[in-house]
Amino acid sequence: MATRKFNALPGFGLTMGVTAFFLTVMVLIPFAGLVVRACGLDWHEFWQLATNRRAMEAYRLTFGASFVAAIANVIFGTLLAWVLVRYEFPGRRLIDAVVDFPFALPTAVAGLTLANLFVENGWLGRFLVPLGVNVAYTSLGVVVALTFVGMPFVVRTLQPVLEHLEREVEEAAATLGAGRLRTFVSIIVPTLLPSMLTGFALAFARAIGEYGSVIFISSNKRGGEIVPFLIMIRLEQYDYTGAIALAVVLLVFSFILLAIINLLEQWASHFQS
Amino acid sequence: MAGTVKRKINGDSHRQSRRGTEESPVVKWVLITIAMLFCLVFLLLPLANVFAQAFGEGVKAYFTALADPNSVAAIRLTLIVAAISVPLNVIFGVCAAWAIAKFNFRGKSMLITLIDLPFSVSPVVAGLMFVVLFGMNGFFGHWLQDHPVHLFGKVIELKVIYAVPGIVLATMFVTFPFVARELIPVMQATGTEQEQAALTLGASGWTTFWHVTLPSVKWGLIYGIILCNARAMGEFGAVSVVSGNIIGQTETMPLRVQSLYEGGSAASGSAAFAVASLLAVLALVTLGLKTLLEWQQAREFERAQQTPAAFEGERKFPSPEDFR
Repeated sequence: MATRKFNALPGFGLTMGVTAFFLTVMVLIPFAGLVVRACGLDWHEFWQLATNRRAMEAYRLTFGASFVAAIANVIFGTLLAWVLVRYEFPGRRLIDAVVDFPFALPTAVAGLTLANLFVENGWLGRFLVPLGVNVAYTSLGVVVALTFVGMPFVVRTLQPVLEHLEREVEEAAATLGAGRLRTFVSIIVPTLLPSMLTGFALAFARAIGEYGSVIFISSNKRGGEIVPFLIMIRLEQYDYTGAIALAVVLLVFSFILLAIINLLEQWASHFQS
Repeated sequence: MAGTVKRKINGDSHRQSRRGTEESPVVKWVLITIAMLFCLVFLLLPLANVFAQAFGEGVKAYFTALADPNSVAAIRLTLIVAAISVPLNVIFGVCAAWAIAKFNFRGKSMLITLIDLPFSVSPVVAGLMFVVLFGMNGFFGHWLQDHPVHLFGKVIELKVIYAVPGIVLATMFVTFPFVARELIPVMQATGTEQEQAALTLGASGWTTFWHVTLPSVKWGLIYGIILCNARAMGEFGAVSVVSGNIIGQTETMPLRVQSLYEGGSAASGSAAFAVASLLAVLALVTLGLKTLLEWQQAREFERAQQTPAAFEGERKFPSPEDFR
């Protein structure tokens, strides 16, 4: 299998063996198990389980909230990346370091503290609730939690691209009489677009699978269930087929997004060169 | 917030040529203010809130909450799970990186995709996979039940789901790619010449690995371990599916946070925040170490760009004595 040319390094057999062993036990067998069980389902039964009303409501909330959160991430992520790359200001390095905080913070803690911030006597809730803005235990809360966990994706995707952006093109546009806004809209945004879309897709993909941060802040009434939470409910009812059907739908969407992200990354790297 | 714009290094003429490619100071400071406010509300406020709520009932209540036997059990279990899953992932990650970075073979990109796969799976679905394998109606569930282990004259039924092995498996699954992913690019960048030289000079494969490869990738490895550990200790979704939330037995710290939060009373609410504050400290330490490593790498990179020769010489080239 190995086509080694003049490679005297030892250990290929051993390391490849260990890699194959871990990969098989940890990833391939669990995947195969789920796929085999899913294939054992009768098509009509699967369709019924995956598209009943409760499931449809869960898809609507999951994909809707994930979409809005990913859009918010693109807007604020682009702004943050721009400010961090282009400007020098006190606290820049601190903010740059803190951007990864949502990745480092366990999702349960994120959900707990976000929910608490927005309840009636919480730090933000005491101003928002009297205004009629209810975040805790609503779908708006789901959006807030998903925006939080997806925050670093757009920033970290855009930062290297912005750093390598050629200033000469902007200078040329300015020389030709374009105002700053026009340069931004017709020169910078098109160049950044593939990376913005990649960041969007990464944040969206993370959001549709997210569980920990959401369950603390979402309502547990009907219509307030995200798909992973509905899978949990099915499991607690020992309804394995119901859980598997929903998991398959979620997996299929994850893989479609993964393929899209790969294509976008190729497109973005094409733009760079 | 209006500070002085520091661009004195650039001369006046330069400033004029830059005018077309820079926003006016007003726009600039408005953007900076929005960015800072966003970070303040969205990142710092949630963090500060964790500690404020944790200490809301006083310092004594905080430590009483942490000393609760069930919370102590959760802390212990989290440490045990991380202590098993992180080293195993390091072994896997180092092996995978060595095979992928140092050798050419067919199907390499396929292998990398498979290694990355756990990142694109919802944690709940990941947990479900192990329930399908080892649960009561699972593929191996009955087999495990019918084949108890006889150890020291005792009959022990091996349980995976609703027990520690399942928690370890789920944790390993979600942290699977971390170490390999950090190591592969670093190992690829260092190439194979140095290892070849060491081998030519008579070093064994192990010696070459310990004295040549490992020192050159150590920062990448530490980086991967830190991220892997943070996720292993903080994982919620996947662990939640397989754990069964048996208080004092199969509750990790994040699960303990949830069950305390659902306890409802004010005391259990702030106890949830007390446990959560430990996880927040873990996140802060992780973030701090990560930033330090990144700054260090940036410094080394800058130095390497300034004086390539000096950088080459700085890495201690192994002398034959080292191979004894």
